[in-house]
Amino acid sequence: MRRHYPQHRVIRPMGHQGNHGRLAASALFLAGLGLLLFNLVASIPFGHAPLHVGRAILERASGETGADNIVTAILLGYRGLDTLGEVTILFTAAAAAGMVLASAGRGQAQGEDAGFIFRTAAWMLFPFLLVVGAYIIIHGHLTPGGGFQGGAILAAAFFTPLLASPASPFNHRVATLVEGFAGLAFIVIGLLGMLGGGQFLTQLFGKGAPGALFSAGSLPVLYLAIGLKVGSELAGLMASVFGGKEKA
Amino acid sequence: MILLVTLIAIVMLAAAILTVTLRNWLAATAALSVVSLALSVLFALLRAPDVALAEAAVGAGLSGVLLALTLRRVGLWTNNDGKPGDSQ
Repeated sequence: MRRHYPQHRVIRPMGHQGNHGRLAASALFLAGLGLLLFNLVASIPFGHAPLHVGRAILERASGETGADNIVTAILLGYRGLDTLGEVTILFTAAAAAGMVLASAGRGQAQGEDAGFIFRTAAWMLFPFLLVVGAYIIIHGHLTPGGGFQGGAILAAAFFTPLLASPASPFNHRVATLVEGFAGLAFIVIGLLGMLGGGQFLTQLFGKGAPGALFSAGSLPVLYLAIGLKVGSELAGLMASVFGGKEKA
Repeated sequence: MILLVTLIAIVMLAAAILTVTLRNWLAATAALSVVSLALSVLFALLRAPDVALAEAAVGAGLSGVLLALTLRRVGLWTNNDGKPGDSQ
């Protein structure tokens, strides 16, 4: 499985003679870019960006969407359609990578088990990572974090044991099912919002008390869908890069 | 505060330069993760915990692992100075 590329040293062109012109052009470009950026940064007082839109959103977002976390209010309340686009991009990237890797011989388990300490630690970490990921996803509308961050942690939770013992099976079918249903749930919630005559992704079930777990309408449900989708996608992607055995 | 931010910026710049100059692919990947980790601390200091979480989880964690696994897959996972002779 080890293929070596002895020519990989050629990638660094800086050391060659005859590239002085290119080097000088690069230096000139860097100096110009640095000057521009310095002027830009120097004219803005540090930590006090003159953002009028930001101030308006800070004042209104919590009341309008019911989400205490302003980032979530923007990400799902004001631009939920963009978030759906983001998730779609991630899905396309993961699908393309999976397709390329599948043709490059996925399925055989490579490498032997890691050491005792890593194996034990991986299995002990699993429940904690699961809880942290779930917490970050479920409290996405209250505290920092949300579906994307929590999903990445969930993916890490499922991938760490696989890294510890490469021969253990990773069920790609379940990951694909979770991913598909989570994506479907996002779109269905968006369409349900249209039933009342509103727009796509209009908030459902009322805003609730600010700061409560069941508040901000359908935003937590949307974040749960995103978290599951991102988590299963990333876990599946890493498992196929790792060459985990497929259990179909 | 300014001192801390300067320190983090220096760490990030050093790690970024190491990423480009290191001859070992795996070490360069680790240096790239250090850039992301320092950046996530910077985000947390600048009161952007959401972005800090995303940067720590995706930038420092997943992308580093993904790059390392890719190196392993294409056979560039070496522990020496880029000599492809005795890979681990």
